[in-house]
Amino acid sequence: MVSTLMNESTQTTSTQFNETKVLELLKHYLPTQTPLKDFIHHNSLHAFQKSKFYDAIFEASEIFGFHVTLELKEYRKLIEINRISEASLNRAISEVIAEKEVEHWKQKILHHSYTETFIPQIGVIRANWKKHFQIDLDSMVQPQLFRILCCYLDQGISTWKFPVEKGGFLESLQTLEKNSKISIFKSNRARLLFLNKHTSIKELLDILVGKEEFYTNYLIDLQFSHRGWSGMVAAIESNPSVLLDTKLISLKELILFELLLEIDALETTFGSNFKKLGEFLFGKPVNLFAPKTETELTTVLKILQNAFEWSYYDEVLSGIQAASKQKKETITTPTFQAIFCIDERECSLRRHVESCDTQCETLGSPGFFGVEFYFQPQGAKFYDKLCPAPVTPKYLIKENNVSAERPHDVLYDAKVQTLLGGLAATFTLGFAAAMRMFLNLFSPKMSPAISNAFAHMDSSSVLTIENKHLEDRENDLQIGFTLNEMTQRVEALLRGIGLTQNFAPLVYVVAHGSSSANNPHHGAHDCGACSGRPGSVNARVFAAMANHPKVRMQLQQNGITIPSATQFIGSLHDTAADEIEFYDESVLSESNQNNHQIHKQTFEKALDLNAKERSRRFASIKTKSSLTKVRQAIKERSVSLFEPRPELGHGTNTLCIVGRRDLTKKLFLDRRAFLNSYDYRSDLEGNFLTGIMRPLGPVCGGINLEYYFSRVDNYKLGAGTKLPHHVMGLFGVANSCDGDLRPGLPLQMIEVHDPVRLLIVVEHFPDVILKSIQSSPEMYEWFINEWVHLIAFHPETKQIYRFLNGAFHLHTVLHKQPDSIDETQRIIEQAKEMESNWIVDATLENLPVYTLN
Amino acid sequence: MNEFLQLFLWLPFIGFITIMAVPAKKEKLIADLSISISFLLALLMLAFLTIWLMVGMPLIDYKGIVLFETDEISIFIDLYFDKISAVFSFIGAIMSFIVFRFSKFYLHRDPGFKRYYALMLLFLMSYNFVVLSGNFETLFLGWEIVGICSFLLIGFFRDRYLPVRNSLKVISLYRLGDIFLILAMWMSHHLWHQNITFLQLTDTNSVLEHISEHNWYAFFIALMIVLASMVKSATFPFSSWLPRAMEGPTSSSALFYGALSVHLGVFLLLRTLNYWESLLLIKVLIFGIGILTSFVATSIASVQSSVKVQIAYASIAQIGLMFVEISLGFYELALVHFVGNACLRTYQLLVSPSVLGYKIHSMFFTFEPTKTSSGSSFFFTLKNSLFMLSLQEFRLDNLLQKYLWNPVKRVGNSLHFLSNPVALSMLFLLFVFGFSSNYFISILPEYVHDTLPHLFSLLALMLIVRAFTEKQDPFFAWLFCVASQLFLTLSISLLNENFGQNHVLLYFSGAGIFALIGFLTLARLKKLEPELSMLDFQGHSYEHPKLALLFLISCLGFLGLPFTPTFIGIDILFSHIHKHEELLIVFTALSFLIMEISILRIYARLFLGTHTKNYHPIAYRSS
Repeated sequence: MVSTLMNESTQTTSTQFNETKVLELLKHYLPTQTPLKDFIHHNSLHAFQKSKFYDAIFEASEIFGFHVTLELKEYRKLIEINRISEASLNRAISEVIAEKEVEHWKQKILHHSYTETFIPQIGVIRANWKKHFQIDLDSMVQPQLFRILCCYLDQGISTWKFPVEKGGFLESLQTLEKNSKISIFKSNRARLLFLNKHTSIKELLDILVGKEEFYTNYLIDLQFSHRGWSGMVAAIESNPSVLLDTKLISLKELILFELLLEIDALETTFGSNFKKLGEFLFGKPVNLFAPKTETELTTVLKILQNAFEWSYYDEVLSGIQAASKQKKETITTPTFQAIFCIDERECSLRRHVESCDTQCETLGSPGFFGVEFYFQPQGAKFYDKLCPAPVTPKYLIKENNVSAERPHDVLYDAKVQTLLGGLAATFTLGFAAAMRMFLNLFSPKMSPAISNAFAHMDSSSVLTIENKHLEDRENDLQIGFTLNEMTQRVEALLRGIGLTQNFAPLVYVVAHGSSSANNPHHGAHDCGACSGRPGSVNARVFAAMANHPKVRMQLQQNGITIPSATQFIGSLHDTAADEIEFYDESVLSESNQNNHQIHKQTFEKALDLNAKERSRRFASIKTKSSLTKVRQAIKERSVSLFEPRPELGHGTNTLCIVGRRDLTKKLFLDRRAFLNSYDYRSDLEGNFLTGIMRPLGPVCGGINLEYYFSRVDNYKLGAGTKLPHHVMGLFGVANSCDGDLRPGLPLQMIEVHDPVRLLIVVEHFPDVILKSIQSSPEMYEWFINEWVHLIAFHPETKQIYRFLNGAFHLHTVLHKQPDSIDETQRIIEQAKEMESNWIVDATLENLPVYTLN
Repeated sequence: MNEFLQLFLWLPFIGFITIMAVPAKKEKLIADLSISISFLLALLMLAFLTIWLMVGMPLIDYKGIVLFETDEISIFIDLYFDKISAVFSFIGAIMSFIVFRFSKFYLHRDPGFKRYYALMLLFLMSYNFVVLSGNFETLFLGWEIVGICSFLLIGFFRDRYLPVRNSLKVISLYRLGDIFLILAMWMSHHLWHQNITFLQLTDTNSVLEHISEHNWYAFFIALMIVLASMVKSATFPFSSWLPRAMEGPTSSSALFYGALSVHLGVFLLLRTLNYWESLLLIKVLIFGIGILTSFVATSIASVQSSVKVQIAYASIAQIGLMFVEISLGFYELALVHFVGNACLRTYQLLVSPSVLGYKIHSMFFTFEPTKTSSGSSFFFTLKNSLFMLSLQEFRLDNLLQKYLWNPVKRVGNSLHFLSNPVALSMLFLLFVFGFSSNYFISILPEYVHDTLPHLFSLLALMLIVRAFTEKQDPFFAWLFCVASQLFLTLSISLLNENFGQNHVLLYFSGAGIFALIGFLTLARLKKLEPELSMLDFQGHSYEHPKLALLFLISCLGFLGLPFTPTFIGIDILFSHIHKHEELLIVFTALSFLIMEISILRIYARLFLGTHTKNYHPIAYRSS
């Protein structure tokens, strides 16, 4: 679609203005971040995904002025501190240029000085307002535009609601305008044009610009001067239900209104006969999306980025090879099994659980555990979607029998903001507020205002998991799953992760969520496979399904025999507080109850160690203190109002390993790997592999790329520092009350991240993997266009194959075998905290790969 | 006990100096030092209060350093402690401690960490200067540094456009408030023939006597005080600066605009109530402003969809009520109201990011779709009109722009001829003439003699307005500022034979040196950045942070930041203008108003904002 879009835009810029096409084009290139309550990670440059990675990012850079790699001087520093190894650099040069050119190019890379400043193509046309009219049109229009827009879309901050009409944004505004003595506009012409329902974008551009060939570029300039707001409007237009209090709005309406405000501003400044911008525009408009030519600088950056990436990848690959040669201790009957989310934050917890109980087994699967549904908490007026974002579930799980009251906080009441309510509040709550602040500073505790992962579902509630009647439906959703549907899901998950025999008496299904205080981006810390929410309900639902006697019977018929003594139990790990909660413990048999008590201790110990491992990156915690102290400090962090880094989210994520645990069990990967369990032996044809590979691009690759781009350009592609953020309308953040919305990730989340693409390692035969990724074009695009890297780890020869240009090639690992250590504690304690968050300092906080003895 | 008061000023100042000496990388040391200082301050304050309460709350007056003295005038630091100071200084100490502690982790790894704490300490000192002040000079000193700290903290994220623009916007209004205060001081000086202390004002009989004797002057002073309070406390019609000041880190916004500096207007009214208590008209004015502010701010707050802005307006509404309370004589009530509002708003601002999670969660369970009411009745139209008006913040921001700043810009643009060589040489000759006129003043006819000061102060005003609108050359802008300063001094020295050579010398020992340093800094920058322009913000502090600091210091020094001799100079300057010289005071006051804005504008345009070179990531203008 993109290529056609681009071709067409090439034509439109030279001929006539086509409104529909421009709108389509805008929607394609604008950011697609939805309101913050659902934080779905995605590739920030999704619009360019049809092109090869480097072509795409440099094109985006030239058009929009983004920085898409590190700065040249930063790469050079990374070479100096050996973060980019010379061997990798040499290889990167010979791959991109030619082998015999290595020395020549190395000189350029290290010493040549390039002009790194450039003028982005965006904004060039509208810059003429300032140049020729000496006015700052943006400053005259934007504050008012954003204010009205935000008030219209507002979800619950304002106490006097915008009088919304059915017809949407413009109709509401028009009704308001008609029934008000005060106008939005200062000039009558703008007002009349506004009230006329037939006013078109073209008509307004005729007034403002007057030269049709420039209209398209003018609109692109205009919308990208506040890409945050325009992107939000486009996202809401395409799916109004992303807001709880749904509002109708379209990009077209926004543009119409904005152009009217521009006319209004010009007319009040220059009178009704103001000159058109077109009088100062000559020649042909630039085709923004024309193919870009590669420059020497971009080639250099490309080589350096490759070298940076492979310096690390080779270290990992050499670790995997080394670990695969180690002798395996086989566990005959595991004490328990625990299925975690593939999330890289669980990578360390799994390691610690295994070290606390060497006879247990851990597995990884996307944290919605193959059960997709909407969830309705008791008393809720809406549903929460609990599955990956692209999936649209047909099922509803309802929560019942909750006795606890939902806690309130009077200080957040809207009345506090009114005159008399405020008067009463200042004389009463005011003093309480000061006390509270004091308490939170010195002894932070959970409170209703803090996003609590465990509050997502009441642990004592009853869930409608099984569908009793097919007619049991609500809003076109089936309440609960039928027996067959349950069996299908349980079987698919177990087969996918290769758990079809050797069941332990207890199988834990560990979902994750995150508690944090004062954090509008808290959704970004929850489970990505559950649309940015805690996965507790999914874990509970899956466990209940797998415990269902009839499901067990059906599974047995399908060839999976789960011993009757085996029980599944759902639980939730809070990745910020490092706490765990288990669900439905009452269903356990007596012997399992006893086992469970022992395993609980194991989990507690592992969480202690996990907290300690995480604490090394937190300045507020001394890693060397006692485990209890560290654990307490970690917990307090998650409920501290003053802590902008309750946890570091997906920061540092770089790897995704699809294969048996043996591949990674003896590796220290520093919480950088998504671990998806998969046993090629039970899937020689690769039937399940396709299902596993499909979400890796959008989910793990999406996370990785969002971190990548937010890291390399935190100003334009990230949300900037959290410190000044204003919460706007409960759906976004802005730096300033007159400012644009800021999509992307805030600085505090990405400081620890090394901007490298995701490396997916799959343990299977290269030809099977190839067949699997080629099975759908959307999936293949991720690999062939190099938005993620793909490695096949040959299960028999232990050779490494790299996917490049559509085929797997044998890959020589340049890195020597990693050092081996006996235990991780010492490494963790000795690790240094970064001196600053400049990449050259920050990257040193990431530890090398070690093999564990 | 009286001497003890000084401690509350010295302590944060010592903290500030110490922090400045600590390398920026030692984050923990900086934070711990600052927190300790603020903790110690709170502790000492508590101890002081306890003792003070035990000895029966005496009025304390402590005369500090005499900065300048002649037969006529004596400028000295004076501290004063009564109920009002007690409440304000105590809340200041407690809130600062809370925010200092909050910021340690909140600001972790911010490149401006040191700058932040240094400014917060400086603010704490200046706040104490204000609330413990015993005379107008001391109050003004603190008042001005509060303004500068605000400017620098609003523009804390100096690599983006909006914070920088808004910091200029806010300081411009603050400066307007300062001018009102200077005018009040000026008239007060002529009313009492001395720099009166607040303690002396408690002598009701003498005050009443003076006021009844010089009713109009007393009224003028009171009016200026009320205006200064209105600006500082963001009442109608000055409200729109408050939401725009919330550009810095949430923590400093909370301390400044939730708790302390926004209530300084209320403080000023309470502090000076002896001046205006007997003036009915002023009380009516305060009452009216209070009511109007409450109504307007509540209305605006109710339609805001940004949390911090909503809190800002909700807080202004309460401040409006405080004005009402004060006008009706409920001073204690207003004090309690201040405490409650300060605590509440600070808390609300500090937790403002959590509103998203909390409200969405609660909406999930309680949401009711709103019903749209329609109709065409009178009230419906009225309601809609009010909604529309509130949505546009009653157009207050536009009004200020339109009636306050645009005229200045227009005049400035029409004065572009001043930079042509002929005009420049004329100016130079005029100056030489004026400067030497002392020697032949006796032979000039009287009407020339009388008009000269006015002429020169008008020229000063023209020059500074010209500097304010300079778009290209920072050297021109700087030189115009200096020239304006020269003409101003000249006009006043001509006016008053007592204003002798040593006064001029004192004045220029300060301003002159800083003017020179500023000029040299500019020259250095020009050499490094040949394409220097003032068309837009240049952001050169990215590459030249040291030059930026140096230039900032010379700007502040040139402006007469209290620690430099220029400050005393300005004070003397003003006290030399007699009360009947209305035109002269108008020209001079306007010049001072625009002077600071012009100077800071040069600094902001050159060193702040988005960097012109984009080899590294830079922010969008709208972000």
